[in-house]
Amino acid sequence: MSIFIDENTKMIVQGFTGKIGSFHAQEMIKYGSNVVGGVTPGKGGTTHLDRPVFNTVKDAVKETGAEASILFVPPSYAADSAMEAADAGIKVCVAITDGIPSHDMIKVKRYMRRYAKSEKMTMIGPNCAGIISPGKSMLGIMPGHIYKQGNIGIVGRSGTLGYEAASQMKKLDIGVSTSVGIGGDPINGSSFRDVLARFEEDPDTDVILMIGEIGGPQEVDAGNFAKENMKKPVVAYIAGLTAPKGRVMGHAGAIVSAYGESAVEKVELLKECGVTISKNPSVIGETIKSVLNK
Amino acid sequence: MDIHEYQAKKILSDFGIGIPRGGIAYSPENAEYKARDIGGSRWVVKAQVHSGARGKAGGIIVCDDALEVAQAADKLLGKKLVTNQTGPAGKIINRVYIEEASDIEKELYLGLVFDRGSECIMVVASTEGGMSVEEISAKKPETIIRSKIEAAVGIQEFQAREIAFNLGIEPGLISRTAEVIQGCYRAFSELDATMVEINPLVITKDKHVLALDCKMSFDNNALFRRNEVSELRDKSQENPSEVYASDRGLNYVGLDGNIGNIINGAGLAMASMDMIKLAGGEPANFLDVGGGATPEKIVKAFKLVSSDEKVKVILVNIFAGINRCDWVAEGIVQALQKIKIEMPIVIRLAGTNVEKGNKILKDSGVSYIEAQTLEEAANKAVEALKKVDGK
Repeated sequence: MSIFIDENTKMIVQGFTGKIGSFHAQEMIKYGSNVVGGVTPGKGGTTHLDRPVFNTVKDAVKETGAEASILFVPPSYAADSAMEAADAGIKVCVAITDGIPSHDMIKVKRYMRRYAKSEKMTMIGPNCAGIISPGKSMLGIMPGHIYKQGNIGIVGRSGTLGYEAASQMKKLDIGVSTSVGIGGDPINGSSFRDVLARFEEDPDTDVILMIGEIGGPQEVDAGNFAKENMKKPVVAYIAGLTAPKGRVMGHAGAIVSAYGESAVEKVELLKECGVTISKNPSVIGETIKSVLNK
Repeated sequence: MDIHEYQAKKILSDFGIGIPRGGIAYSPENAEYKARDIGGSRWVVKAQVHSGARGKAGGIIVCDDALEVAQAADKLLGKKLVTNQTGPAGKIINRVYIEEASDIEKELYLGLVFDRGSECIMVVASTEGGMSVEEISAKKPETIIRSKIEAAVGIQEFQAREIAFNLGIEPGLISRTAEVIQGCYRAFSELDATMVEINPLVITKDKHVLALDCKMSFDNNALFRRNEVSELRDKSQENPSEVYASDRGLNYVGLDGNIGNIINGAGLAMASMDMIKLAGGEPANFLDVGGGATPEKIVKAFKLVSSDEKVKVILVNIFAGINRCDWVAEGIVQALQKIKIEMPIVIRLAGTNVEKGNKILKDSGVSYIEAQTLEEAANKAVEALKKVDGK
């Protein structure tokens, strides 16, 4: 098993016929993802990459039975596309788009509250690399070959730092059940805590790696959740030791504005929760290995 | 994006918030003229820079006659104001705001921010105006009032009224204060702000509710739909390297160290800087060239980082995924052939086609130090720095 997606998950691409959407849809198909079509308003009825294009997500769901979607929609329309996916009954939606206004993300999250828990879409991102269940399926933009299939769950904000960790693990012959990028924005669809809860229930995941950074309360919140509700060990690395207070470090959400938001404070608070800390970004793989050998 | 006090005041006054009479001035003569135009017998001359704590730094001068206003403006204009928020370089004062002085009875704090925990807009208020919110949290935390606003329906009148009552406002001014709170909320949500702060919000002796000092910041991701905000940007208040970078699609933050960084991805950039620090060095900058790391961006990045006089060593760390290492390496070689860089450069490539990438670098004849891992790259950069420094 794995979380969110596997080889059977039917996926659509929102923003399918655009340059970026096309490129990554092809990469996903090459990896073996079950891409059943896509949505571009106004291009319904045509075919793209040998798959049907629909005008609306509802049409796509009705015709293909799609359960998951990935958004390659410009920032000004991305919130609207996410709400459209939620309303069409998509179960998991990954938003790759970087640059969605925070006010729009708040709107999306409020909008999703109208659905009962069983009907509610899980949104991953925005400003993230997406999801990969190695050897099975990819709903994202990561280089699939750097991941080995295995029993470690990865959840992180950053794309390239996640790749770094996965390739360190592969070199040590450690594999990944699913890797989830929750993105670098201040308001995101799913938090670290949401994803930890899913890994805790996944029989194929034995250890979870959490790659956090400065800014916001989510890493510490997840640490508290792990302490109270999880049996599986959690390993964490927090980036941004050298980040000055009050400055945005690339990711819109990577800004220290309150106590508990700096890397040093997060590390201390996570240690208190029993989380194993990778002391630097070069030893993430080795830290996981030592936890696996315990 | 930050704006000046006088710009924030103009916006808030458009949303129904009372402000003292005032005007902006660009020269001492202009300042004197503005003072006479405003009238009265007491004025405050305020340096307009993107920073708080201006008073303590000498950026706010109270004057009792119009000539003094001209002198105060002369003293401030063209100077750099160094506050505890600007860093040692300070920020240039290109304009001053002349405002009538107010007779203050009570000073309050009012702020609106995104609360990332609850994903709501949060109103924060306190009876201890005039102090920074950090200071209030440290010294008088019991005075802080917090109220979460449901974004779907906006602030309700009762919420604003509750805050006003909790601030101990006298009955006759409750509805006026509530209007101010509601006005701030509307400005926050209608203009894609990330922060509105009035500190102090004052009750004057003649019973007016006025914003004496205020600050607003806006969501950069929403500027595409806020021309009225974008046009308020003042690049003279930003670090020139950061302006150069943002105009070229690079994400750059200048720091105080001497090891320059060129990295793809914000998380990997922060991690590499951490590694430098752990190896005993200090990073000179944060620089994310983007997930793609195209040759054009790498050229721009080398130009930017090497133009920083503090930088003595450059560390390049690229994790190439879909944009393979061989392609990234070609970009680096092009960049290094185009720009002459005398200082040591440590390059660490990882990811797709890493062997091919390293071979291209080696065969190109460009001078660099190769590293395999993040740790090795940081260690080699610090070693190279020691050699440069002759230690």
